[in-house]
Amino acid sequence: MFNPTYIADIQHLETQESMSADLTGAEITVRCLQEEGVEHIFGYPGGAVLFLYDELFKQDKVRHILVRHEQAAVHAADGYARSSNKVGVALVTSGPGVTNAVTGIATAYMDSIPLVIISGQVPTHAIGLDAFQEVDTVGITRPCVKHNFLVKDVAELAVTIKKAFYIASTGRPGPVLVDIPKDVSQQKTKFVYPERVTMRSYNPNIRGHAGQIKKAVQLILEARRPMIYTGGGVILSDAASRLTELVRLLRFPCTNTLMGLGGYPATDRQFVGMLGMHGTYEANMAMQHCDVLVAVGARFDDRVIGNPKHFYNPDRKIIHIDIDPSSISKRVKVDVPIVGNVPDVLDELIKLLELRKEKPDQSALDAWWAQIDSWRERDCLRYDRTSAIIKPQMVVETLYKVTNGDAFITSDVGQHQMWAAQFYKFDLPRRWINSGGLGTMGFGLPSAMGVQMANPGAHVACITGEASIQMCIQELSTCKQYHLPLKIINLNNRYMGMVRQWQEFFHGNRYAESYMDALPDFVKLAESYGHVGMRIEQPGDVEAALQEAFKLKGRLVFMDFVTDQTENVFPMVPGGKGLSEMILV
Amino acid sequence: MRHIISLLMENEAGALSRVAGLFSSRGYNIESLTVAATEDSTLSRMTLVTTGSDDVIEQITKQLNKLIEVVKVVDLSEGNHIERELMLIKVRAVDHDREEIKRMADIFRGRIIDVTDKSYTIELTGTGSKLDAFIEAMNHTTILETVRTGASGIGRGERILKV
Ligand SMILES: Cc1cc2nc3c(=O)[nH]c(=O)nc-3n(C[C@H](O)[C@H](O)[C@H](O)COP(=O)(O)OP(=O)(O)OC[C@H]3O[C@@H](n4cnc5c(N)ncnc54)[C@H](O)[C@@H]3O)c2cc1C
Ligand SMILES: Cc1ncc(C[n+]2csc(CCOP(=O)(O)OP(=O)(O)O)c2C)c(N)n1
Ligand SMILES: [Mg+2]
Repeated sequence: MFNPTYIADIQHLETQESMSADLTGAEITVRCLQEEGVEHIFGYPGGAVLFLYDELFKQDKVRHILVRHEQAAVHAADGYARSSNKVGVALVTSGPGVTNAVTGIATAYMDSIPLVIISGQVPTHAIGLDAFQEVDTVGITRPCVKHNFLVKDVAELAVTIKKAFYIASTGRPGPVLVDIPKDVSQQKTKFVYPERVTMRSYNPNIRGHAGQIKKAVQLILEARRPMIYTGGGVILSDAASRLTELVRLLRFPCTNTLMGLGGYPATDRQFVGMLGMHGTYEANMAMQHCDVLVAVGARFDDRVIGNPKHFYNPDRKIIHIDIDPSSISKRVKVDVPIVGNVPDVLDELIKLLELRKEKPDQSALDAWWAQIDSWRERDCLRYDRTSAIIKPQMVVETLYKVTNGDAFITSDVGQHQMWAAQFYKFDLPRRWINSGGLGTMGFGLPSAMGVQMANPGAHVACITGEASIQMCIQELSTCKQYHLPLKIINLNNRYMGMVRQWQEFFHGNRYAESYMDALPDFVKLAESYGHVGMRIEQPGDVEAALQEAFKLKGRLVFMDFVTDQTENVFPMVPGGKGLSEMILV
Repeated sequence: MRHIISLLMENEAGALSRVAGLFSSRGYNIESLTVAATEDSTLSRMTLVTTGSDDVIEQITKQLNKLIEVVKVVDLSEGNHIERELMLIKVRAVDHDREEIKRMADIFRGRIIDVTDKSYTIELTGTGSKLDAFIEAMNHTTILETVRTGASGIGRGERILKV
C-alpha cells in the first residue's frame, strides 16, 4: 500500500483517537453486526476495508470466513441465508472487490434472498476523482439490490446498518448494500444501536385484505378442478407447515416451482412434482387445465408458465397471494389478488375454511384426481435404468437413497440442476439451494460452504457439472481451511449439457462451443487442494462410492461421475410454447 | 395512453437516479420528469409523464411504490387534475416582427422577460399543448432557443397528495 492518502488517513485517525472515547466507524460496524447476532461473515480484504478487518481481528463474536473470490463470498452468505433464514453477510473491498461481488448480489436479488453486503469505498474526499480502486458502487449495484446506501457521515452509520438488516429481511426479502468510505470507517462518534427503525416510505403489507381472502375461500369451495401452485415465497416465509396443513385439509393437488421445492413434502401423494419448463407432465397438465388456481408466493415466471398467451384459459380463476404487489398481475392477470405475508394469509384462509365447514364438491375432486393419475401414468421422468453408462438421474436417485433424503443439496446451473430438482425428493424446506432466477453457474460450491457453516454436522452435497464447477473451483481452498466436509457430485458429461441440449433440439445438432475440452483430472485437482477425489465410471459402483464418501465424515470428497453425454432433460416446454406443449421422453 | 404520475419521495441524494434507473432498466417511456423539494424539505415531489397500456402503467406505479425512498404515488390522470408547464423561449425579434411577436405573446398570456434590440425572451406557462401551440404559431426561423420544464401536476379540489 504505497498510497499517500492511506498514510495521511492513519495520522488523522491517531489525532482523533486522543480526543475522545467515541467509537470509530469500523468499530461501530462490527458492533452493529454483533448486535444483529451475526455469527459468520464471508469476505475478502483490501485497502478500503482495512480498518474494518482490524476491528474484526480484535474480537471473536463475529467469525470471518476468508473466501478466494468475492463472488464466492456473496454466494456463501446467500447459501447461509437460504438454509437458515438468517440474514447472510458479506464484506468486500472497493473497486474490483465490488465488481467481483456483483454476480453474487444479482443472484440473491433475483431469488429474493436477504443479504447485507458491506463494501469499502475510497475516502469521501476522493470520491469522483477516479481514485485508485474507485467504482460507483451504489450506481453499479442499484439495479440488482433491494436497496443500497452510501454512508458519508459516521453519525449515520449505525442507523444505516440497522435499516439495511431491516429492509433485507422484511417484506419481499433481498440484498442490501452498505458502502462505507474509508475515512468514515476511521471517524469517531458515539455508538448507539437503535433497537428498531421505522421508515415512512417502507411499510410492507403483512395481513391480506379480509374481503379478498373471503372471495378466495368462496372460489376454493366452488372449485371442481383445483390446483395449488407454490413458490419461493413459501420457503422464504417459513410457511411450509401451514401450506401442508391447507393442502391436506382441501385434498387438492400441489405443485412447486424450482424455488418452492420442499414447501410441500415431495413424497406425499398430493404432490404432483415440479412444474414449468422441466416440470412433470402431470403438474403442467393440471396447471393448464385447472379451474381454480391458488398461487402462493410464486411469480408466474416465464420458465414456469411459458408463453402467457398459451397459458391463458378463460375457464380458470386465479387467486394470487404475494407480499410484493408488483409480482401480482405482472405476467398473468389474476382474479383475486391478495397482498400479504404467506403464513398470515394462509392462517386466515384455514381459519375461514374451517369456520365454513363446507367442502368443495368431493366427487368432482375424485374425478380430477383420476385425471391427474392418468397423466401420472405417462411416467414422464422415466429413463433407462439398465444403461451400461452412468445415467445422471440414477446418481441423484442413489444420492437420495444414501442420504435418506435428508441432505442439504446445492446445485449449479444446467442439466444436472434439473435432474437434482426432479430426482431428489425434498420433504423439507430450505434443503434445496439453487440459483433459479439468474441461473448463475458457479453458485453451487460457494453456496454449499455457506450451508455447511449454517448447519454444522449436516450432510451437504453440491450437485454440479464439469463446466459449472470450474467457475468457482478456487473455493476448494476455502473448504480446506475451514474443514468443510462437502460432498461434490460432479455429473461429468464433458459438455455444457444444457447448452448442448438446446443445440440438439433447436440448432440442428451444431454443438458450437459447448464441448468441454481440456478438462482437468478432478481427482488430482481435489487431492492437490488436500481433499479426497474419486472417479466413478461404472453404474455398479455408484452406490458404494457414495456410501464411502459419506462415511468420510470430516473430509470433502470430490466425486467425478462419468455420465452419459447424450442424456437430455425431459419433459421440456420449448421457449415461447404453452405448458401442454411439452417434449416428452 | 398518456399518464401523469405524481410522487413524494425522501429528499435524498440518489433517489432521483433510482426513479430514472427504474424507467430505463424496465424499458418504460418517460416523456418528462420534474422534481424539487416541497415545503417540507425532507420530501421531494416529482411529476412524471409517461405513456403505456393499462398493464404497463399498473406495473409502473407498483414498481415506483416499491422503491424504498418513495413515500407515495398517485396517478393524477385517474381523476381531475391541473397540469402546468413553464417554457422560456428566445426568438429573433427585429423590425416589424417585434410588434407581431409581442402581440402573439399577449394572446398566449406570455410575458417578455428579456429584451435586446435583436431578440425577445418570452415566459409562458400552460399545458403542454398550449406551449406546443405557441411554438407552432411562431415563425420557426425566428426561434433561437426553447427551454421547457416538463409538466407539473396537482389534483383538483380536495384531492391532496401529502404524507
Ligand atoms: C436452467 C433453469 C431451468 C429452470 N427451469 C424451471 C422449471 O422448469 N420450473 C420452474 O419452476 N422454474 C425453473 N427455473 C427457475 C425460474 O427461472 C425461476 O427462478 C423460478 O421459477 C421462480 O420461482 P418462484 O415463482 O417460486 O419465484 P421466486 O423467485 O422464488 O419469488 C418468490 C415470490 O414470492 C414472493 N414472496 C416472497 N416472500 C414472501 C412472503 N413472505 N409472503 C408472500 N410472498 C412472498 C415474492 O414477492 C416473489 O413474487 C429454471 C431455472 C434455470 C436456471
Ligand atoms: C455464468 C453463466 N454463464 C453461462 C450460462 C449459460 N449456461 C447455462 S447451463 C450451461 C452449461 C452448464 O454446463 P455444466 O455445468 O457442465 O452442466 P450440465 O448442463 O452439463 O449438467 C451454460 C453455459 C450460465 N447459466 N451462467
Ligand atoms: Mg456438463
